[in-house]
Amino acid sequence: MSTRVVTAHSIGLRPCHVCGQVHRAAGAQAIRCPRCQTRLRVREHNSVSRTWAYLLATAILYIPANVLPILQTQQLLVTRDDTILSGIAELWRSGAWDLALIVFVASILVPLVKIVSLSFLLISVQRRSSWHPKARTRLYRMIDFIGHWSMLDVFVVSLLAALVQFGPYAHAQPESGAVAFGAVVVLTMLASMSFDPRLIWDTVPAGPVPDSITDD
Amino acid sequence: MSAGAKSGTLVVCKDCDAVYSRQPLPWQSRARCLRCHGALYRDHREGFDGTIALATAGLIAFVITNVYPVMSINMQGSSNTATLWQTVLAPERYGLGAVSVLVAMMVFFTPMLQLLLTLYVAIPLHLRHRPRGFATAMHALRYLRPWSMVEVFMLGALVAVAKLAGLASVAPGVGLWGLVGLTVLMTLLLLDDPHRFWDAADTCVDGLGDKVARTV
Repeated sequence: MSTRVVTAHSIGLRPCHVCGQVHRAAGAQAIRCPRCQTRLRVREHNSVSRTWAYLLATAILYIPANVLPILQTQQLLVTRDDTILSGIAELWRSGAWDLALIVFVASILVPLVKIVSLSFLLISVQRRSSWHPKARTRLYRMIDFIGHWSMLDVFVVSLLAALVQFGPYAHAQPESGAVAFGAVVVLTMLASMSFDPRLIWDTVPAGPVPDSITDD
Repeated sequence: MSAGAKSGTLVVCKDCDAVYSRQPLPWQSRARCLRCHGALYRDHREGFDGTIALATAGLIAFVITNVYPVMSINMQGSSNTATLWQTVLAPERYGLGAVSVLVAMMVFFTPMLQLLLTLYVAIPLHLRHRPRGFATAMHALRYLRPWSMVEVFMLGALVAVAKLAGLASVAPGVGLWGLVGLTVLMTLLLLDDPHRFWDAADTCVDGLGDKVARTV
């Protein structure tokens, strides 16, 4: 036994993802959810161009975020400025390779993976690709989930600046790279929020699927 | 306790737009989309007492996090402590107010509002009343959700400890344990499905006192 997947759009239904109710709507007419007043669109408004805009802004700010120092530390007469990458190298040299790895993944890899993956998803959607939609949806859910971990270094810098205040003996202060970096994190989050994963499936013909839909 | 959405009503996958008919699920299990494996809905037979307990405990952990220092540091005989708010304000002292605003939003205002608003809607729903401003509170909770970063801040505290390890002696404060508790409680709280709040509110009497049941 098998049933075919039917999309809400193809049978004139407009789901509300805020409160979960499903409503009827003919064509592309604008309606609001009667229960929670959310504007129900067939697909997110201008999802592709908005996501591109956020991504472009992210890519531009990614450069100062990594080139500018985020933290200045001073110990007796030695002052050093650390960028995100040099901070990771320092952590690695001090023997905390596990934490160095965590910071590297959170601060360098996650934003980069987000920019590359979202660009790939956008291009695939614009080219109306039907290549592995399930894998692409998984990729989207993954980058949406990991995004906020990049904020790690901004918190570390704030904590160090609050703690290491020993006048001329030892001193830590955040620097302008932290602003650019915080902006990168916020922008990547806005980018993944504005992408509508349903676009991935709009070019995929509905296929037969098994009957049961439960699992745990 | 909560009635939840009736079985047989439609549910639409938010990631791929596939339409399903709701079926009764085994206790506390979850239905997933057959095409894209996205989460569809969960078994909602539990009431709101668990939610209220989690949010109340979370509020206690939040107060502990804010009252006690997160970390203390000792260096050549002089010591210093950092509370959450000192950490929030540290970047601002060096002219990086934007960073302070981000940190304040992500580790103070967002989690606090999430806990308070959750209690504000869950307690009346538990008593089968629809609180005044229910829809506004639910929309606010939805907007706040991605910006809560207590768990990232906790990891940031660990990284800060590692960075300072060679330089000074660092000790976790009571506030850090509050942070650990808050992370666990917020994570459990956010596993909940907001749709069930809307469904439950439909079956409640109005908060204004008139005993008219709202239609489903």
